[in-house]
Amino acid sequence: MSDIDAIERDTLAKVAAASDIAALEEVRVAALGKKGVVSERMKTLGAMAPEERKAAGAALNVLKDRIAAAIDAKKQKLEDAALDERLRTEKVDVTLPAPSSPRGRIHPVTQVTEEIVAIFSAMGFDVAEGPDIEDDFHNFTALNFPADHPAREMHDTFFFPPKQDGSRMLLRTHTSPVQIRTMMTRKPPIRIIIPGRTFRCDSDQTHTPMFHQVEGLVIDRETHMGHLKGTLEAFCKAFFEVDAVKTRFRPHYFPFTEPSAEMDIGYERAGNEIRIGQGAKWMEILGSGMVHPNVLRNCGLDPDEYQGFAFGMGIDRLAMLKYGIPDLRDFFAADARWLEHYGFDPADQPNLSTALSH
Amino acid sequence: MKFTLSWLKEHLETDASLAEIIDAMVKVGLEVEHVDDPAERLRVFTIGEVLSAEKHPEADKLRVCKVATKDGVLQIVCGAPNARAGIKVAYAPVGAYVPGIDVTLAKAKIRGVESHGMMCSARELELGEDHDGIIEAPAAAKVGEPVALALGATDAVIEFEVTPNRPDTNGVNGVARDLAAAGLGRLISKAPEPVKGAFPCPQKIGLRFPAGAENACPAFAGRLVRGVRNGPSPKWLADRLRAIGLRPISALVDVTNLLTFDRARPLHVYDADKINGEIHARLGRRGESFLALDGKTYEVDETMTVIADEVGVLGLGGIIGGESTGCTDETSNVFIESAYFDPLRTARTGRNTGIHSDARYRFERGVDPAFMIPGLEKATRLILELCGGDPSEIFLAGAAPIARKTVAFPPSETKRLTGIDVRPEHAEEILIALGFKVSRADPWLVDAPSWRPDIEGKADLAEEIARIVGFDALPAVTLPARGAVETPKLTPAQDRRRLAKRALAGRGLMEAVTWSFTDARIAALFSDGPNWLAAQGLILANPISSDLGAMRPSILCNLVAALQRNADRGRDDLALFEVAPAYASDRPDGQQTVAGGARLSNPARDWAKAAARADAFTAKADAIAALEAAGAKVEQLQTTADAAPWYHPGRSGVLRLGPKLPLAHFGELHPRVLKAMDVDGPVFAFEAFIDQIPAAKARATKTRPALETLELLPVKRDFAFVVDRALAADQLMKAVKGAEKKLISRVTLFDVYEGRGVPEGKKSLAVEVTLQPRDRTLTDEEIDAVARAIVAAAEKGAGASLRT
Repeated sequence: MSDIDAIERDTLAKVAAASDIAALEEVRVAALGKKGVVSERMKTLGAMAPEERKAAGAALNVLKDRIAAAIDAKKQKLEDAALDERLRTEKVDVTLPAPSSPRGRIHPVTQVTEEIVAIFSAMGFDVAEGPDIEDDFHNFTALNFPADHPAREMHDTFFFPPKQDGSRMLLRTHTSPVQIRTMMTRKPPIRIIIPGRTFRCDSDQTHTPMFHQVEGLVIDRETHMGHLKGTLEAFCKAFFEVDAVKTRFRPHYFPFTEPSAEMDIGYERAGNEIRIGQGAKWMEILGSGMVHPNVLRNCGLDPDEYQGFAFGMGIDRLAMLKYGIPDLRDFFAADARWLEHYGFDPADQPNLSTALSH
Repeated sequence: MKFTLSWLKEHLETDASLAEIIDAMVKVGLEVEHVDDPAERLRVFTIGEVLSAEKHPEADKLRVCKVATKDGVLQIVCGAPNARAGIKVAYAPVGAYVPGIDVTLAKAKIRGVESHGMMCSARELELGEDHDGIIEAPAAAKVGEPVALALGATDAVIEFEVTPNRPDTNGVNGVARDLAAAGLGRLISKAPEPVKGAFPCPQKIGLRFPAGAENACPAFAGRLVRGVRNGPSPKWLADRLRAIGLRPISALVDVTNLLTFDRARPLHVYDADKINGEIHARLGRRGESFLALDGKTYEVDETMTVIADEVGVLGLGGIIGGESTGCTDETSNVFIESAYFDPLRTARTGRNTGIHSDARYRFERGVDPAFMIPGLEKATRLILELCGGDPSEIFLAGAAPIARKTVAFPPSETKRLTGIDVRPEHAEEILIALGFKVSRADPWLVDAPSWRPDIEGKADLAEEIARIVGFDALPAVTLPARGAVETPKLTPAQDRRRLAKRALAGRGLMEAVTWSFTDARIAALFSDGPNWLAAQGLILANPISSDLGAMRPSILCNLVAALQRNADRGRDDLALFEVAPAYASDRPDGQQTVAGGARLSNPARDWAKAAARADAFTAKADAIAALEAAGAKVEQLQTTADAAPWYHPGRSGVLRLGPKLPLAHFGELHPRVLKAMDVDGPVFAFEAFIDQIPAAKARATKTRPALETLELLPVKRDFAFVVDRALAADQLMKAVKGAEKKLISRVTLFDVYEGRGVPEGKKSLAVEVTLQPRDRTLTDEEIDAVARAIVAAAEKGAGASLRT
């Protein structure tokens, strides 16, 4: 037995002394390898008497397990040490800047249009569209602008050269022609908004030759101006993300609505900010009214049977008011500095189940 | 339209304050744009009294005054010659802003003497032109009283927007009528009393229109006043005209201007002695011209209504009079014209001549035809009063077109259209106050007054009632819900745009919104040229400027120009995109929404060398990203090398679904195009035609196909092929993929090489082929068989040989 003790003592000492994986492997082979000292002893068991073999076998197995455990433990230790040593050489300067990837932005007109669409969708409005290059019928005549009427002059219209038949195309001065296109192709009830590009031959600090409007149209058998007021108040609250909005409707004139109204919203200035909804000042934000009986007739609808409201407002202007963007002309300049500053993260998709904007 | 408060009060008896009047105007739809209230504007200036005025010890022209003010007795140094003890003056305290000299007063030492404030001249307070001395207020003025009050300069001027439907509010009495109806007071405008003519009108009047054009001027009334003395208007009249921005000319002319604004009734006065024969209205003739009162000569034509005598054209009817018959101080016989001119013809003539006059403004919107004669009577009365003379009888040619308009009006209409409940009695009161005649049959029969050409039907009456009640009475009602959950509203085409935008921004491009129009020269570069643009109707007739003269045929026109603008500001590493219309014709189907982008690539230096320079393949990836986000099946896209001519011929391509459906062009832009645009390239661009993507098939459910996860390990093998240099890699890939359709799950191209080891005129393409065993592990023999099939297919389909 003392023999086995000696083997154990001797082998464990060698294990302890092994300074690397190769030396440890040598120890393992010398002890547990095919010709190792423990294996050699195992071979002698066959010649022993059964009683003796049992006792010696058990002792040898214990010896074998202890040595194996010691080797495993030592191996783990050596590997850890080797890894630690390697890691010591693998240091990077983590203060180096991370690689930058270019940041794309969504233009405020897109973002605000999507905000508007989200709100009106929740009120049951579809989104309709029409062409930018229009004819006189859809842009003026069907909308109850009499020929040569001064009301046409309120719209500084871009025209194309006259065709052979004397007619000339124009760039739509408002999104209202889509009202006509919709009413002529769809039966009421109609509940739509129409966002899009509009054009007027006008350019100064607050006017650009192209701008964006969103038009609303509701046609059914019972919608009246009270619904217009309720709808627009709800819209303003949701859009400006405020608890209450003070509104004022004023009689006005548009050829295509009767009665017609402009809507003002209350605001106040605080430093450079405009706070919508509160305050004693009024700001005009949209034109609206009940669709004119002549417009309904022009679209083949009986004004005694059908009725409804329409409104139109400037998308760019809403964006300027909400996000404090100072100059309309910058919207269309594609200046990277402006797009980076006023643009939106593409992941920020307007949505009514979260805050509308972030 | 401007008027003064005191003017309004000649028509409206009211106790209302200025603020109440303005509020009421806004409420009834007369949108007040500006109010100049001198009492408010001059609030800080009060009356002072000069107690003593001594010569300044250091300056001969200055006086050191002791002035009693609301702030106590102050010492004020003053240079005015009339500064003397005993006068009442306009005192401006330290801190006051003096508008006429644009100065805010501070305590000052003038040549060593302290001065606390200032005594002002009329010009300094913008109360007049007088600057010879300081204002001397009436002796009765009290110290501390507002200067405006003491001087009687309290008449506020109100300016408001006249909407085209309300020509009656171009006269002060029309404003008064609305305000009276709104409960602000009582309308006290008087109908003018007729003037009895002392003799028949010797000036004959004619209407000489060809058949069909009689409506150009259906009525022309006039009267002669003999023996007038013309000259400057009295102060009240001159002041009134000045207050609203008009220049007083002479009493005769000023009377017509007064009535233009008082009653929206334009008139004209002629020096009767300068009219030759019958004065008449007729159409102009080509070749005729006249010198107008604005000092310019105008050519007339047969579309215009002129006033003429037997010698020639005197003026443009309803627009502007002529110099030859104008009234002067020497005029002793005046002929007064009151006529009715057709709104449409007046508007057209006004546009064609570019003349903006108060008369045109009113006639083109429609003047009250029933007030033609009363207006003439009123003018006669004023002329007699101011200039004396003997009036003739009135000569009337034709008849004013007074159409009686009766509207059948169910009183329920107001509620139907506005939701406002108005008692029938109240509705009737309102209509009557506005000049309507109401007979309460069922439905009501309502006669519109002659001054309201805008009233056509019952909706107009509902508006009249609602606006006078006030839109504050509108209930706020929520639209009824269409469903328990309002379902999505974007059409697939709209949704595509949204998705394409967000995908492109996600790739680091910045969204721009640029004009739909562009420089015609640039448009020509991105299309079939100038003739094509004109033939498609894409050239504007009246562009805002010459560099925005054509509708853009490609989304790239303005984006590329914008890249260079940014580069000029030092930003030359930039990717812009726009998802918006491009125009191929002036028809609705000529407009399509295109997702386009352009890159100028000069990546900033970077220690990790992470940012690669963009190239044609970046643009290809951009195009694919836009198409994929927009719903195209990009795995089915083919690439061909036939992009539009504005791309580099060798570094561009087309992504298409089959030969007939190109979905995108991409690549480097043509250097010649860039040069023509002064753009420093290269620019890598794409145009993805997202409207053209075939609609996804409608499916009954949203179920996705089951996921196939095969347990067996895929096998990968590499092949290097030598092919002709001109061969499209795509062709080899297709051949390889087709070699064994069941097993080959993926083919990727990982190397393209030309040079040593590859024969001249050839290139080497290396591909990795993935084989996916399905039911059992592949044996080496099976794998070799596939490999042989791949080599054979590559040879057959692409002329490829295995590189050795």
